[in-house]
Amino acid sequence: MDNFALEISDLRKVYSGGTEALKGISLKVKEGDFYALLGPNGAGKSTTIGIIGTLVTKTSGTVKIFNNDIDQNVSIAKSILGVVSQELNFSQFEKVIDIVTTQAGFYGIPKSVAKPKVEIMLKRLGLWDKRDDQARTLSGGYKRRLMIAKALIHEPKLLILDEPTAGVDIELRREMWDFLKEINNNGTTIILTTHYLEEAEQLCRNIGIIDYGEIVVDTSMKDLLRKLDVQGFVLDLEEPLKEAPNIDGFEIRLEDPLTLITAVSKKSSINNLFSELNNIGINVKSMRNESNRLEELFIEMIKK
Amino acid sequence: MKGISNKTILITLWTLTSKEIRRFLRIWIQTLVPPAVTMSLYFVIFGSLIGPRIGEMDGFDYVQFMIPGLIMMSVITNSYANVVSSFYGVKFQKSIEELLISPMPHWVILLGFILGGVSRGVLVGIIVFCVSLIFYPEFEIANLGLTLLVLVLTAILFSLMGFINAVFADSFDDISVIPTFVLTPLIYLGGVFYSINILPELWRQVSMANPMLYVVNTFREGMLGISDVSISFSLTMISIFIFIFTSLSLYLLHKGIGIRE
Repeated sequence: MDNFALEISDLRKVYSGGTEALKGISLKVKEGDFYALLGPNGAGKSTTIGIIGTLVTKTSGTVKIFNNDIDQNVSIAKSILGVVSQELNFSQFEKVIDIVTTQAGFYGIPKSVAKPKVEIMLKRLGLWDKRDDQARTLSGGYKRRLMIAKALIHEPKLLILDEPTAGVDIELRREMWDFLKEINNNGTTIILTTHYLEEAEQLCRNIGIIDYGEIVVDTSMKDLLRKLDVQGFVLDLEEPLKEAPNIDGFEIRLEDPLTLITAVSKKSSINNLFSELNNIGINVKSMRNESNRLEELFIEMIKK
Repeated sequence: MKGISNKTILITLWTLTSKEIRRFLRIWIQTLVPPAVTMSLYFVIFGSLIGPRIGEMDGFDYVQFMIPGLIMMSVITNSYANVVSSFYGVKFQKSIEELLISPMPHWVILLGFILGGVSRGVLVGIIVFCVSLIFYPEFEIANLGLTLLVLVLTAILFSLMGFINAVFADSFDDISVIPTFVLTPLIYLGGVFYSINILPELWRQVSMANPMLYVVNTFREGMLGISDVSISFSLTMISIFIFIFTSLSLYLLHKGIGIRE
């Protein structure tokens, strides 16, 4: 029998103004999973996370974290949950080390026990040199790291990250990916919301798409990507062209004199395209994916 | 319902309380020095300069009569200010999420903030008392037990009021309206500087409706052994209001009013 890190059943949220943010969603995330929860702005992702973290009161439905109902066993449920919120939520005037140590204390970890754990966590996230700095003096990237350190200091079994890499540079984003993969491999179940679909594709095994307060997709990443019929490629050419070549079975357009963009369906072979191009004297120097595959699917799903 | 252990609860309470105490100690120049300076000016002007011309009040030197009132005024304003600014601050910075997401029960969150407010109120009360000794070194406390009891109960009561104010506050204006337009006038008219026995009968009766009068006079009973009001009635009323405000604060936290969406 599967153990579930998170079980949401018929969850509804109607805000005081009458907006129905969640229309009775149900969702199960298995223990050890790396799950992506995607959706456009205002779809209900943050409301869902807010309810799980008890920052938002639900209208109806149930939420269980490792079988602990947040209505009946709220303290236990919260003690095994870590949340990295979208917005910064620490005191800007405190030192980095004090913020993380205090957070440990809020989970009942005595200072003597917290101290070495905080040191390890800050070193792991590259914050140790900044430990005596006031949080407000940190750069955006370091503030995001601090948010993650805070959420992980009590070693939660379920970690929820609400757009953790929003606004951070590529290098830091990659570092965070490695870090999240590592803690997932060590057994922490992770739920991630992000607008970077490449991020979800790289990290997550399963995916849910929420739109207008309803779950429209809940499947494995592999199954979802399998549904994609067409794949776009960018071809960098050795010689410039004046117009796009016309080849049967392929849609080709000229982006600029040295770049072709083509859509290849699953039924066609990319080898055929290359031999056709060779036959008419067009040599391809290099090739890459046109755009994120998941992005295309995502747009398709929320259009339905 | 399964819960967390008592040891864990104690650690969470100590963490929040010590964080609150650290906060006001870190900004001591804004929190601990101003009451000492302001009260020194009261003692210089009303005690040393004008006081001798006023003469005695209820059988005590005027400066001696003022001391309990000024200590109470400092305790009330500082315990209130500590909780209202700190709790509104965590709401404003969203660091309240750290508390709400953690397994800390609501009563621990409330108690942590109240203990922070009481610590500042009591510490400021002690500082003002020490300042008063510069101006009246021979001051002796009539009833230490009653003095300490009223000191702590008053700090609890006004910390709770500060908490409720912060829960409902949506802007920095909202946390200054009540201290400026409600607390301060009531304190000034609550017998800090005079005995209500010197007032005409009508204003004496009106003053009896001022809750600050009971707090100030009960404290004066502890420090000087004189009061314009019944001590048992005052202590009962303070306790009843502490109970009402505690219940209301817990209800607000439970319902998430002002803090949850």
